[in-house]
Amino acid sequence: MTFNRYRRGLFITSFLAAPVILYLVYVISPNIQAFYIAMTDWRGVSATPAFIGLDNFERLLGDNVFWKAVGHNAALLVLLPVITIIIALFFAFLLNVGGQQGVSGIRGSTFYRVVFFFPQVLAVTIVAVLFQQVFRPDASGMLNGPLMALGLDPIGFLSDSSFAFWSVLGVLVWQAVGFYVVLFSAGLASIPKEMFEAAQIDGAGRISMFFRVTLPLLWDTVQVAWVYLGILAMDVFAIVWVMTVQQGGPDWSTTVMAAEIYRNAFGYFRFGYASALGVVMFLFTVGFAILSLRLSRRERIEY
Amino acid sequence: MERRRRLGPLGVLTHLALVIWTLLVIVPLLWTFLASVKSEDEIFGSAWSLPETLRWDNFARAWEQAHIGQYMINSVIVVSFSTFGTMLVGSMAAYVLARYPFRGNRAVYTLFVAGLAFPFFLALSPLFFVVQNMGNIPVIGQFIGLNTHAGAVLVYIAYSMPFTIFFLAAFFRTLPTSVGEAAMVDGASHTRVFFQIMLPMARPGIISITIFNILGQWNQYQIPLILLQDRDKWVLSQGIADISTAAGYDADWAALFAALTLAILPMLVVYTVFQRQIQSGLTAGALK
Repeated sequence: MTFNRYRRGLFITSFLAAPVILYLVYVISPNIQAFYIAMTDWRGVSATPAFIGLDNFERLLGDNVFWKAVGHNAALLVLLPVITIIIALFFAFLLNVGGQQGVSGIRGSTFYRVVFFFPQVLAVTIVAVLFQQVFRPDASGMLNGPLMALGLDPIGFLSDSSFAFWSVLGVLVWQAVGFYVVLFSAGLASIPKEMFEAAQIDGAGRISMFFRVTLPLLWDTVQVAWVYLGILAMDVFAIVWVMTVQQGGPDWSTTVMAAEIYRNAFGYFRFGYASALGVVMFLFTVGFAILSLRLSRRERIEY
Repeated sequence: MERRRRLGPLGVLTHLALVIWTLLVIVPLLWTFLASVKSEDEIFGSAWSLPETLRWDNFARAWEQAHIGQYMINSVIVVSFSTFGTMLVGSMAAYVLARYPFRGNRAVYTLFVAGLAFPFFLALSPLFFVVQNMGNIPVIGQFIGLNTHAGAVLVYIAYSMPFTIFFLAAFFRTLPTSVGEAAMVDGASHTRVFFQIMLPMARPGIISITIFNILGQWNQYQIPLILLQDRDKWVLSQGIADISTAAGYDADWAALFAALTLAILPMLVVYTVFQRQIQSGLTAGALK
């Protein structure tokens, strides 16, 4: 018996050793160090950075660029989930229960699902470079070419600071919608068909079917989508860094927290300050997580 | 037959909405493919003109001069090792945490899953120095420091742990215990039960999460951006991102479109073949 217990212990240790060590070294330790580095003036060269307490945090309170970035993340946090979820719910409903009989899918629904999902598979950097070309400000741009051919003025999708943020949001929605169409479709598929049939017999039209039956039954999945999209909105980096003018411009009109952290760390070599920004980003992320857990508690519908 | 007539104005509108989004997805891609066989003058001339002759040499330039070929090979190397490593150590940890009660089990599991709550950019600067210090370790340091593919692979694996373990542990918990117990009675070791009985039983979950990790690691940008700063170590996402800033080869726009096409087409082919598995693999995590 003791031999068996010894063997069991050895087995557990040997299976956990590699993942735990890798995780401690590369994930846990940098995350903990960040909180300490945030209280130093470290610029990467001096071996012993000076401890400066909360100076970095005091300084970031007055950092206009960073607060602009926070504002953009906040706007994305609201707009990205709302827009994406509305569009995806609409399409998922059409594809699954919006058919002519009211409870069946529309013709060609598999084809649409396959096409809609594809952008999700592409690397964000590919999408970023692709849309940089689509948005080109002259006649060679995919969108401005036809506009100028019609005699209209070209739109500075990325070069005009009043448009650039919306272009970023548009690209994020473009890439995300398909994923949530598939997610909501899977959610709809798990709802018994009789629910829809019963509603239809009771005389529910398509619109009341959507709001009275589909949406309440899908509420759990919508919550999951909300959290996922919220995290996506907080973590936005590559689209902004690669696609926009001056990596967050023009005139800081598209910059986000992640971009400012990267810029401070690897552009200005202010590792202490960048880590302080990271701590603030962490607090916002945790805040969002707590808030969404609080708000999303609602009675589950059993079926 | 009767139902056909009910495709009223609402039906037309819904189809129209679906067609519009289809076009929104497809047109930018087709436009890129089109531009990839145009000449520089044609690209700048007008956005929607058709090429007079198909310039396949754009692709040769993208592959050679823009090093897309090299970056793609680098990506394949890094992702093969990192996904294999992630699945190996991730499934081992998930299995033990799901099926073997021991003191501290809960704590270890929580530690892994807590990683989901930390934004990567919090660890950005310290991670760079952790990997730099790894490079100073005698003997093995040269293989796992900055600008090494093995170093990046280890970091990819570590950052893939939270989700992989979270997902697979839930999956292992749903599997029946009887088969493994019977094998143990027959004298099979714990290790053998895992590799020969439990892993094959967990196949659907393993496939989903493997696809999830392959795609996530193939598309990874911020980790290589800080860890692989040498051009010849770059992965595809870095190479693509760099082309648009035209640092590498004086704004060869035709080759840029060819490079984009080269990066998109393999994904399109793989996606078309495996779309069912990819869709379920990527959404699986959200449905658990």
